[in-house]
Amino acid sequence: MPNMEKYNYLKEISHKLRLRILELTYGVKKSGAHVGGGLSCVEILATLYGSVLKYDINNPLDKSRDRFILSKGHSAIALFSALEQVGFLTKEELDQFEMNGSPYYAHASRNLLKGIEFSGGSLSLGLSFAVGVALACKRDNLNNHIYVLLGDGECDEGLVWESLMSAAHFNLNNLTVIVDCNGLQSDGYTLDIMNHSSLADKFKAFGFNVHDIDGHDLNELQRVFDLKDTENPNAIIAHTVKGKGVSFMENDKRWHHGVLSLNEYELAISEQK
Amino acid sequence: MIEINKLNARIYSKLGQSGAAFGVGLIEALNTSADIIVLSADMSSTAGLDRFKTMNPNLFYNVGIAEQNLVGIAAGLSSEDKKVIITAQAAFVSMRSCEQVRQYMGYMHSNIIAIGIGAGFALTFFGNTHYAIEDISIMRSIPGITVLSPSDAGQAAKAIVAATELNAPVYIRFTGTMNCPVVYTEDYDYKIGESICVNEGRDITLIATGSMVYNSIKAAKILEEEGIFVRVIDMHTIKPIDTKVLKDSIDSKLFVSVEEHNIIGGLGTAISEFIVSESGFPPLLRLGVMDKFSHPGDYAYLLEQHRLQPEQIAEDILIKYKSIL
Repeated sequence: MPNMEKYNYLKEISHKLRLRILELTYGVKKSGAHVGGGLSCVEILATLYGSVLKYDINNPLDKSRDRFILSKGHSAIALFSALEQVGFLTKEELDQFEMNGSPYYAHASRNLLKGIEFSGGSLSLGLSFAVGVALACKRDNLNNHIYVLLGDGECDEGLVWESLMSAAHFNLNNLTVIVDCNGLQSDGYTLDIMNHSSLADKFKAFGFNVHDIDGHDLNELQRVFDLKDTENPNAIIAHTVKGKGVSFMENDKRWHHGVLSLNEYELAISEQK
Repeated sequence: MIEINKLNARIYSKLGQSGAAFGVGLIEALNTSADIIVLSADMSSTAGLDRFKTMNPNLFYNVGIAEQNLVGIAAGLSSEDKKVIITAQAAFVSMRSCEQVRQYMGYMHSNIIAIGIGAGFALTFFGNTHYAIEDISIMRSIPGITVLSPSDAGQAAKAIVAATELNAPVYIRFTGTMNCPVVYTEDYDYKIGESICVNEGRDITLIATGSMVYNSIKAAKILEEEGIFVRVIDMHTIKPIDTKVLKDSIDSKLFVSVEEHNIIGGLGTAISEFIVSESGFPPLLRLGVMDKFSHPGDYAYLLEQHRLQPEQIAEDILIKYKSIL
């Protein structure tokens, strides 16, 4: 696909993901959803599922598929929307989001047939798991790649750093860690709650090949996903905006997990073009 | 297959439970399960893995002193169809990485065999930070995890082989020190979930696990001299617990559980959970670590503090037995 055409395609996916995330959030009414962090990783997921990842929805167990592991598990609403976009989930299935007994709720549960590699929810556990997956794929000489999405708040967890150290130690050049740096966590700004200073510097110090970019820039995302190091694990520090694309949600911690009224929903939808 | 005889039972005992399991059992397990990978949190030499590592350098990873990541990496490998054995000190694999065990082994049902070395008081002068008196309780309360506690070194070797054949998440706790006592000098069938009667007796049923099986047999001999006959059960599988043997022993006048583990949440609790919901069972005397931290010392000194030496076990049983007659 030529660059412009691909850009437009990814932009279209991003647009659809935002609409669906908002629709699902409104649909669950007062139980609310993790909408802010879902919206911040839209372009990252659109680029991954629309361009980067190798997968076949008709052969979901193919050993040589790329693996995508959502470590910031509360953004499952965005993952489900992406899986629906590419055909792993049907609209009818995802319409069951957060209904009693539905397999689709605030955190994803591993189901390879639906393209879900990991049972997320407990922060940092996806990254540690991904290190093991990457190690196994290297052992099996699979020519695939393992992508993990973390949140910046998630980087407060000690296990993140144990895992990063081990990824570099085992030379996992088949691993790319993306950090959705939206600058907010449940209680407020990450700068105030636990200041990581420069995550890019920290990842470099841990032996990663690091790209520090605007995480909503589809061209940049595409470019750095293509720049994989042959020796070291890769990291993309993607600077994003929590609640991106909805004026009243952007950079407001209250939308980490929020309830949309009808008025707010209509306003949010009207802002999507 | 690990076959026990008088000679190798003595050799295994010299190695201790961990040494026999990793030095002998694991190498045997490789014959039937080719795709075994072993991970350790900087405990491979302590665990007795040196022989395995030398023979199979490509099947071993040291993840450093990082028990949480140990379980996470193991789960990732397991998700790609590897059979993974992990080892760390029992206190740390059950507590430092408790949530990882729950998430990956419990919730995600990763086929990991987690081996806690140095359970109970095996780490003597290292002190309370290194004693594991809660591990059975923790592991047992996580859905889907099989919990094993071998009674001697030869059984530890059999347990690791059986666990690799199970294809389910398993926790194995290794108790005792090097030169641990021998319970079995002849070969026997070891089946996960099926306890073994190691001494027959009509009056009392004594159910023991791990290091306490040997002490219980000795206690039974002491009681025999008093004219009290004690059936001793090696409850090597704590979850799922062998309820059949409990039912078969219902005519005993007293049940006793003995474990090198806190009296809360371990073997005694598991037995009580079953018998309280049935009728006709005798009272249960639970012997174990007395729900308190210990004064560090050698192994015998620690057992004495909690009245887990054979003479003390026999004494306490006798008092209870006389009180209910």
